[in-house]
Amino acid sequence: MFGYYLDLALRSLKRNKVLTALMVLAIGLGIGASMTMITVLHVMTADPLPDKSVRLFYPQIDPQDMEGYTPGREPMDQFSWIDAMNLLHARKGSHQVATTGGRVTVRPPQGKSRAFFADARYTSSDFFSMFDVPFLYGSGWTADDDDRQARVAVISRTLADKLYGADHAVGQALRLGKDVFRVIGVVDHWDPVPHFYDLTQGSYHKTEDVFLPLETAIALGQGTSGNMNCWGHGGFPDPRNMKNANCVWMQFWVQLDTPTQVQAYREFLVHYSEQQKTLGRFQRPPNTRLHDLMGWLDYNHVVPGSVQLQALLALGFMLVCLVNTVALLLVKFLRRSSELGVRRAMGASKQSIFAQLLTEASLIGIAGGIAGLLLAFGGLWIVRHQPVEYAPYAHLDMAMLGATLVLALCATVLAAMFPAWRACRVQPARVLKIQ
Amino acid sequence: MEIRPILASLRKHRIPATLIVLEIALACAVLCNAVFMIGQRVASIHWSNAIDEQGISVVTVNGADPKLAASDIPRNLAALRGIAGVTAVAAATSMPLDQNPALSPFVTKPDANTTVNSSVYFIGSDGERAMGLRLLQGRWFNADEYAGSGFKNFASTGHVALVTQSDANRLWPRQSALGKTLYSNSASWTVVGVVADVLAQDPKFSGPGGMYSSVFYPLQPDGVMGDYVLRSAPQDRERVEREAVQVLGKLQQGAVVEGKTYAGMRSDYFADTTSMVWMLVLVCVVMLAVTAFGIVGLTSFWVQQRRRQIGIRRAVGATRGHILSYFRTENFLLSTAGVLAGMALAFGINLYLMEHYEMSRMPWYYLPGSAIALWLLGQLAVFGPALRAAAVPPVVATRSV
Repeated sequence: MFGYYLDLALRSLKRNKVLTALMVLAIGLGIGASMTMITVLHVMTADPLPDKSVRLFYPQIDPQDMEGYTPGREPMDQFSWIDAMNLLHARKGSHQVATTGGRVTVRPPQGKSRAFFADARYTSSDFFSMFDVPFLYGSGWTADDDDRQARVAVISRTLADKLYGADHAVGQALRLGKDVFRVIGVVDHWDPVPHFYDLTQGSYHKTEDVFLPLETAIALGQGTSGNMNCWGHGGFPDPRNMKNANCVWMQFWVQLDTPTQVQAYREFLVHYSEQQKTLGRFQRPPNTRLHDLMGWLDYNHVVPGSVQLQALLALGFMLVCLVNTVALLLVKFLRRSSELGVRRAMGASKQSIFAQLLTEASLIGIAGGIAGLLLAFGGLWIVRHQPVEYAPYAHLDMAMLGATLVLALCATVLAAMFPAWRACRVQPARVLKIQ
Repeated sequence: MEIRPILASLRKHRIPATLIVLEIALACAVLCNAVFMIGQRVASIHWSNAIDEQGISVVTVNGADPKLAASDIPRNLAALRGIAGVTAVAAATSMPLDQNPALSPFVTKPDANTTVNSSVYFIGSDGERAMGLRLLQGRWFNADEYAGSGFKNFASTGHVALVTQSDANRLWPRQSALGKTLYSNSASWTVVGVVADVLAQDPKFSGPGGMYSSVFYPLQPDGVMGDYVLRSAPQDRERVEREAVQVLGKLQQGAVVEGKTYAGMRSDYFADTTSMVWMLVLVCVVMLAVTAFGIVGLTSFWVQQRRRQIGIRRAVGATRGHILSYFRTENFLLSTAGVLAGMALAFGINLYLMEHYEMSRMPWYYLPGSAIALWLLGQLAVFGPALRAAAVPPVVATRSV
């Protein structure tokens, strides 16, 4: 029976090519625009570390003085050097990492080319194991290297290729400004989206090219970058004396494997705040938070409002296209009242007419889905060439590809329900009489 | 034109009529909000900025040894002055729209608080001329003030500052700002001049309150100054920028030297806004086209269905013009119902967006604006099918279909 419906549908669609094309185009445009925006949204809300994100946590404490204190306000979202180091050395989680962003001047070996900037990450040793950073060669440094302020560096595959060729990078000397480091590891392509471990650089910042031990980089005065918030009357600190400043500029992550550990860590944060208050460092009552990775992204609104607005707009546009499809299908089906009347008179049931019309709509839906897919590919290509920081990540994955086709089919069949229902209510006797 | 027969016929085709109304309403609501968003973004691209945007080039030097700055900077400035076409050169810490905010709160009493964060600019000797600042009241910094002001903890060790007109009005409403004391983090400076509004380093980040809130300090040659500002005639700026990069590249071996014209800096800053505007425009145009196709499709269907009736009307004396205006009036009535519903919907969507996103209230004229656009679109779309209806010959009435 389905084969027969398909045959009827194809004949009918061929009979009025313009109307068919219009419907396919309307669905294609609606699907194309909304899938483009939904894909962008999907990429931007993705989990950067799906295997581990539930076990990674970002704590917050409130180290400020009483000036401008309002109870219930969210605490600061970064750490001062002292607090980050205290939490790091407390070792209350399975792993913990204190980190901050930086910018280094790379001087290529033997003056091959001009010096250039590279984004850097200054971090304690657990960073690589905690965030599952893939190594192409070598490895990260140890906690011991941290304490000794060892002059070692891990670099990205791209930078290694540029400076030495990735295969020969380990063991080479890396000149950053006035200091020389030894390359001990090369990181394979690693680009977590969003740039979750430091959102102050921009939520979709690219992964850094140079990784240095935190203690080493700060001791040598390599330049830091990112947000810095200060309080009290000191103003901003001298860049050479960041360790004692009343400023927050560091990020801190902790891995907690069990709910018991999470609970213990929450209590530890409160306890720590109280202890610091007793010591006179903190003045405010304990105000702590512990977000897991996805919660932290949510708290920081990593998806820009403009992207959400665009997605809403695209949905509104799809709604217009769907109403349009309902209208065109209604026209198409009602025009065929006489034909349908004849079929009814010959013994076709209402159900079979309904099924036949829905088959026709499904064909249009599939064609519209394919058109929409092509448009979405085009749309994403345009997005990738826009000067926005999330541009490189706007790609259609298999899941979204399938979702596009299913959405197109469902939307069209749904849009066809009402016109088909109307059309199969035709009274055969009346239609035949007019004929 | 008699409206009653049209209404009677529409009542018989309730469903297609409702669909047209619904489509126009949705299109009107989306259009209103999209055009409002476009308008806001286009306005931001044209924010005024009282410096010589067309004539300035900026060359940034990073990674030079700060200990040598006191001798390096005067040497570099002298070399840059030698470039043909350069009318003024100065060193500075940052530029408007350079996306590298250095913000501080400024108040008029030592212990007051404010939520406005002002952009802080340190300019070297001749900075006002190199940037092309416009002095509205007071005076520029003098040579002693330039030579005697240092940089410590991101604040000036000098005693003077320039403020923008917006800040002068905000901090000392209905008073002259000249000679007043400006406080920040318990340090203080005397305001010696008021300049026309200069944009913040990152106005989108600073928000409406801090957009034109900028404070200028004089600064002796210091390692924190990474920007060299060159002013020339607009037609020379590309060449000046290229030559300046070469000159500084030679003088500052081992540092990273990057140049940009200020016009380029501005378009970089607004690049994502521009792309968003184009995307919105594209969506609007395509949506209007889809709506028009829908109207054409439905009206054509009606015309075909009513060929016999049209023939009868022609046979009993209606002119082609009568038939034409019948369909156009019908479309006008449907469009009117559509835009009325659409305007209400648009207003509702705007309220929703205001609640959940950073969106301001839509000015009222966007509503009738979009309504007129959709009326015109409807008339345009109906014209083709209506002409076909008018072409139906009276003889059709005498034939059985």
